[in-house]
Amino acid sequence: MPAASRPAKKTARPSSRELVFGDLWEFDPAPETADPKLKTKCDLFIHGQFVKPSAGKYFDSINPATETKLADIALATNTDVDLAYRSARKAYDSVWGRMPGAERGKYLFRIARLLQDHAREFAIAETLDGGKPIKESRDFDVPMAAAHFFYHAGWADKLEYVSPGRSVKPLGVVGQVIPWNFPLLMLAWKLAPALAMGNTVVIKPAETTSITALKFGEILQEAELPPGVVNIVSGAGETGAAVMGHPAAAKIAFTGSTEVGKIIMRSVAGTDKKVTMELGGKAANIVFDDAPLDQAVEGIVNGIFFNQGHVCCAGSRLLVQESITDAVLTKLKRRIEVLRVGDPMDKNTDLGAINSKEQLNKITELVESGVREGAELYQSPCRLPSKGFFFKPSVFSNVSMSHRVAREEIFGPVLSVLTFRTVDEAIEKANNTAYGLSAGVWTDKGSRILKMSTELKAGVVWANTYNKFDPTSPFGGYKESGFGREGGRQGLIDYCREE
Amino acid sequence: MSRLPITKTPKCYVGGAFIRSESGRVAPLHDARGAFFANIPQCTRKDLRNAVEAAAKAGPGWAKRSAYNRGQILYRLAEMMEARSAELAEAIQIGGSTKADANHEVASSIERLIHYAGWTDKYEQLLGNVNPVASPHFNFTVTEPMGIIGVLTPEEAPLLALITLIAPAITCGNTVIALASESQPYPAIVLGEMLATSDLPGGVVNLLTGQRSELVPTFASHTHLRAISGVANADERKEIRLAAADSVKRVNLRKAEDPTDWPSPKLQGLSAIRELIEFKTTWHPIGA
Repeated sequence: MPAASRPAKKTARPSSRELVFGDLWEFDPAPETADPKLKTKCDLFIHGQFVKPSAGKYFDSINPATETKLADIALATNTDVDLAYRSARKAYDSVWGRMPGAERGKYLFRIARLLQDHAREFAIAETLDGGKPIKESRDFDVPMAAAHFFYHAGWADKLEYVSPGRSVKPLGVVGQVIPWNFPLLMLAWKLAPALAMGNTVVIKPAETTSITALKFGEILQEAELPPGVVNIVSGAGETGAAVMGHPAAAKIAFTGSTEVGKIIMRSVAGTDKKVTMELGGKAANIVFDDAPLDQAVEGIVNGIFFNQGHVCCAGSRLLVQESITDAVLTKLKRRIEVLRVGDPMDKNTDLGAINSKEQLNKITELVESGVREGAELYQSPCRLPSKGFFFKPSVFSNVSMSHRVAREEIFGPVLSVLTFRTVDEAIEKANNTAYGLSAGVWTDKGSRILKMSTELKAGVVWANTYNKFDPTSPFGGYKESGFGREGGRQGLIDYCREE
Repeated sequence: MSRLPITKTPKCYVGGAFIRSESGRVAPLHDARGAFFANIPQCTRKDLRNAVEAAAKAGPGWAKRSAYNRGQILYRLAEMMEARSAELAEAIQIGGSTKADANHEVASSIERLIHYAGWTDKYEQLLGNVNPVASPHFNFTVTEPMGIIGVLTPEEAPLLALITLIAPAITCGNTVIALASESQPYPAIVLGEMLATSDLPGGVVNLLTGQRSELVPTFASHTHLRAISGVANADERKEIRLAAADSVKRVNLRKAEDPTDWPSPKLQGLSAIRELIEFKTTWHPIGA
């Protein structure tokens, strides 16, 4: 009989007790101490050379974890940006635009390999300059940047496959502005496809994180990349505006906030520039009652606390099915308590420093608004370092859709938890945002994953995982999260003209 | 007094090791001027079967490597060859090529590997796809490697033809047993030494030297070889197709009687990979 063949039902065991050690034993410090070989004065990289800014002005780059100065960074003015564009145009006309793809590819392979050679230096420099934990820059940012060059290197001689039925041609000179959350990786995302396609580039790193971008100029010199193919100009908003607005830019690509993205779009209205925008997000990370909860909690933590939450696709809105809300919140709080917040250079650190004072103020202001509007705030009891910019991992529960913490991009370690009852309600709430960059779905049911993926208005949907990236996988947004894709074949198409 | 040089004993690269033929047979190889160069192993049917066993062992691990990793390993092989390109060119010159031709053949071989190093993580994006079926199903087609590929190289272009035939097979996760040019086997011997230092797992590429007439029948009939690619004459093609039918083996053979322009870019690329993969389509319902 079927009933008899079933295994005897186990008597319900008492729920396993949790061992929470708290501060009982301290971790020994495990600092990364290698020399990142940083210059104390970082000049602009134009026409294959490091050159002083024409106006002779420099600004400070500080370590956000210690508030100490790391280096003087050259401030590029319109004159420098113009010089960079002229160099890029010359390199496009005389060398890069007409070079056979296979040869261009070999330069990109070289860059990938050299970046792998210098991976440790770059990881340390990235952490010192940006505040992200060394384990992330070491295991994610730098290897992924090298992987992007490697992947796109292979495309350079295969461009006839990029757009079936059409032949593709490079655009010319491309202007690019990148953000401070993944400084080197965003540079790789921007440069690799542009160069593979045969364009030349003028790129501006974010003002708080210029060090690895300018250090990357040394890699380009080692690779013997022809002068002018890549020009790196540092500076703040004005420099960025000059890069985006230069008449020689055939295409501009921007990654940053939706607010700035809109300003740039207006500024180039009426020109023939091609534009791609990778902007902000307010991703829904949706947990259904059949999800494997422990895995989901790990995914929620990774989704919002990876890189201190300075991630445009961060899973900042947690949508939990009502029946499991308490269980999820309990597990989540317990998990957050053991997150290690502090010295980014320590190999055990989970959350490092907030990138800048300005960003810390923005996060603080939004969290205060959440409390004011009636959401319930939970913060990790961790101790924060006395110096530097740090913020405790935070979770808002009882959040309603109208709260600012549920609508605005916080770009920090702050999670807003909302609940839903049905699949349709989850879809409705997830899509009720101006953004559409990414989303997460946690459920055991494959057909539901595909249903959610079909209905969610987001450029990337992670199912039973979160914050996964790959050079082969197109990334980019719907709606006010921007347009265009980075990675994969789709990402390349954005850097060519089809004939 | 001039130093007496040490002569090298050529060995075949099989299963990640350097072997002599189990038969103990060798054949003398003479250079283009007729001077004795070395003794080349004369591999047998048994050596081929041993190689199939080695390839079968290495296959699953190689196919599971990430596309990125396979690309890096192919690139590494090219790095190894570039560093030892003079040695490869000398090996080709034994067969009578001029220095310039030999250098060109080596350079073309390295470029070809770089080309395939870039394919490992792209062919799937072009050969696989999502199919818009009319029912509420997510339907997608992906590629899988066939398994063990038998490669019969032509007599000419002893390095470039070998690379041209091996590279697409390992790009997409297959393992290979290749029979080197009978008259010019030495470049394959040298290539084996570079494969051994390239991060390519042992057994993924196995190179045999010996007499074609002895080995072709076993290549054709061995049921564990899932495909035969390369170059064959009319008699061999018929023989191979007849024997291949028994195990429904895929056969892609160029005609030995038609000249092949081995350096031509037309001989490389996506279509060469497509001949060495299987397609798998999966249906999955969509719905809450």
